[in-house]
Amino acid sequence: MTRKSRRMYIIVVAFVLLASATALVLTAFEDNLVYFYSPTDLKTKQVTVGRSLRLGGLVEEGTFVKLDDGLSIRFSITDGAESVPVSYKGILPDLFREGQGVITEGSLNEKGDFIAHEVLAKHDENYMPAEVIDALKASGEWRGDEEGQTTK
Amino acid sequence: MIAELGQFALIMALLAAISQSILPLIGAERLDSRLMAFGSHASLVQLLFVILAFGCLTQAYIVSDFTLLNVAENSHSTKPLLYKISGVWGNHEGSMLLWVLILALFGAAVAAFGRNLPVTLKARVLAIQAMIGVGFLTFLIFTSNPFTRLLVPPENGQDLNPLLQDPGLAFHPPMLYVGYVGFSVAFSFAIAALIEGKVDAAWARWVRPWTLTAWIFLTGGIALGSWWAYYELGWGGWWFWDPVENVSFMPWLMGTALLHSAVVVEKRNSLKVWTILLAILTFSLSLIGTFIVRSGLLTSVHAFAVNPERGIFILILLAIAIGGSLTLFALKAPALKSGGMFSPISREGGLLLNNLLLSTACATVFLGTLYPLFMEALGGGRVSIGPPFYNKTFIPVMVPLFFLVCIGAYLPWKRADLVGVLKRLKYAGLAALLALLIAWYISDGGPLLAILGLGMATWMLLGTLSEWADRIKLFRAPLAKSWQRAKNLPGSSWGMTLAHGGLAIAIIGMISTTAWKVEDVAVLKPGETLSVAGTDYRFDGVKEITGPNYSAVEGTFNVSQDGVYMATLKPEKRLYTVKRMPTTEAAIYSTFVGDYYAVIGDPDGKGGWTVRIYREPLVTWIWFGCTLMVFGGLVSLADRRLRVGAPADKRKKKKVREAEA
Repeated sequence: MTRKSRRMYIIVVAFVLLASATALVLTAFEDNLVYFYSPTDLKTKQVTVGRSLRLGGLVEEGTFVKLDDGLSIRFSITDGAESVPVSYKGILPDLFREGQGVITEGSLNEKGDFIAHEVLAKHDENYMPAEVIDALKASGEWRGDEEGQTTK
Repeated sequence: MIAELGQFALIMALLAAISQSILPLIGAERLDSRLMAFGSHASLVQLLFVILAFGCLTQAYIVSDFTLLNVAENSHSTKPLLYKISGVWGNHEGSMLLWVLILALFGAAVAAFGRNLPVTLKARVLAIQAMIGVGFLTFLIFTSNPFTRLLVPPENGQDLNPLLQDPGLAFHPPMLYVGYVGFSVAFSFAIAALIEGKVDAAWARWVRPWTLTAWIFLTGGIALGSWWAYYELGWGGWWFWDPVENVSFMPWLMGTALLHSAVVVEKRNSLKVWTILLAILTFSLSLIGTFIVRSGLLTSVHAFAVNPERGIFILILLAIAIGGSLTLFALKAPALKSGGMFSPISREGGLLLNNLLLSTACATVFLGTLYPLFMEALGGGRVSIGPPFYNKTFIPVMVPLFFLVCIGAYLPWKRADLVGVLKRLKYAGLAALLALLIAWYISDGGPLLAILGLGMATWMLLGTLSEWADRIKLFRAPLAKSWQRAKNLPGSSWGMTLAHGGLAIAIIGMISTTAWKVEDVAVLKPGETLSVAGTDYRFDGVKEITGPNYSAVEGTFNVSQDGVYMATLKPEKRLYTVKRMPTTEAAIYSTFVGDYYAVIGDPDGKGGWTVRIYREPLVTWIWFGCTLMVFGGLVSLADRRLRVGAPADKRKKKKVREAEA
């Protein structure tokens, strides 16, 4: 092999690799981008049933119910303007409480209920997810300071 | 008084760093040996002052000096001593101070161990190292001063986030930082080489131990972090493709590539430009990691505070460091004399492929991690990218790499005979096939991809072992002779075998625990038993206990299989009294074949408790494999030929080379 053809060989291998990686990334993006919705978004935008998404807001006061099996849980997530019923089965994060900010991941069923398969844990009790703050600001329910973050 | 001393020490360190970043450069340009030697002295002075500052902050934490804002916000007088000390870096300001300390440590180490470096190269390396120091010291002093006093000191502190009060996490940040920051040396060497316009085998030999040191610590730090996530968060997972995990993983991927490409520069005087670029990119990714985590762009346990001013400051630092180094690269790299081209089927060809695959894999992680940030910046709404994305992009890129690892290790330099290599690997191939069938049988034809993955990992492990066996002529020469050969193998060769084998073992653990994990959640009353994957967990009730700074409910589980007692698990649910923050402490019974993992949740108000049980097959193999990788790195580092500062004995080296061939 000449010097030139060897160099070509390397360039071709690199190109094939990059092309296949790009193809992988593009196809994976299509199915695996999980969009964030506030309860208002969920009510106003068209959302496909069964599509994975994140729903965030405050756990509405007085909506938390534990079903008889002791594991299934229902509660509503609100942004002040709208409220969406959520059901979840499993152990909740340590810091889950009514009135607290929360993000859940799951999908809508036909009835418009949100079936969460994951309730995202927070690492600090004062912490409010940035997504939730934005959602609350959008619905005019935000009462914190401008920075919003009290991660300390 | 001590805090003011710390503040003063920081400013002195900055002054030392500024002079260190200018004078040696001028000295190297004018060949003024006094100015060049200044770099070494300055780096020591800088280190001493940073140590002093760090010591002052540590002292403030140990004696709980709540007149310091930093201590008041992150410590408490009842906290155990270990966490008082780890609290020093369990917050933004302190962790940046630790960053600067390690940076200064590496700078001084180059000065101390680099006695046989060419004086101009050494002076330039130290100057570049100091420039990074100037950037971060400025950042520390002007935006993140750990020594800020409070006018009205509180009675007691606000305590450290309880999740961070854990032995694993006490050592995770320092290790990770040594890894991150260690790559700064490779970066400084790369920039110095660009200024000098010269990259040769000697350069690669000087860079390699530093890269290796950083890699060892980064590997250890990542493994420790994942272990912590596994036992502390109580979700039974060990890797979540969380952005903060990814930002430590990207420098690891690039650093691994750098480690391999530096070998090619050293042995074949080729791939020089690429290696320089890798060194720049690896450290740039470390910087980006620091930026992402510290700027609060991502919210997680690592995001101590969100302060836009700091974010912009780090962004500017980042732009200067990365933009500047890449510009220099673009200007100077074409002038580097390119080495010889080589045959695709050869050791160097294999290493190049390794580099291409690792950088492609790193690019997919980079996209997945930063895409949500770009989307948001462009007003495209908030999105998140989870594990499914990485399963579909990162893993397909890595699979060919894992498959090729042991073939690559067999290839000789310059030109190789692929068929011959494959012939020597036939037993490994057959054994891997056998392992595949066994896995298929045991798992009842379980997930096909996992079974194939296990076959691949076994192939990687056995292929690596078979290469080692061939090297020492195991079973083909008398055992005593094989033993002799094994003893004479160079450390770097042992290191390769250990690291590749460790990786294979870790992959076996990762695949098994991901594919065959069993999880069950139930509400149990005392005396009731939950059966998970053939093991019985009898719940024996709860009791209240108190720790130094928390109160807890402790559940007791009697674990047995077919009536034979195995272990008692005592998971806790703690409430840290100062922060009023609950945490989950999982209880784990680890065995060679798998972990039995129990978590206790909330009472249901009717005498029952929510419990969660995991059965995690082979999960400990992950960390055992990582430990082997770290060990392999250490063995390789101990290799005489690489030892920092050891003058190369030419005759002896030649002999070793001959023995190797």
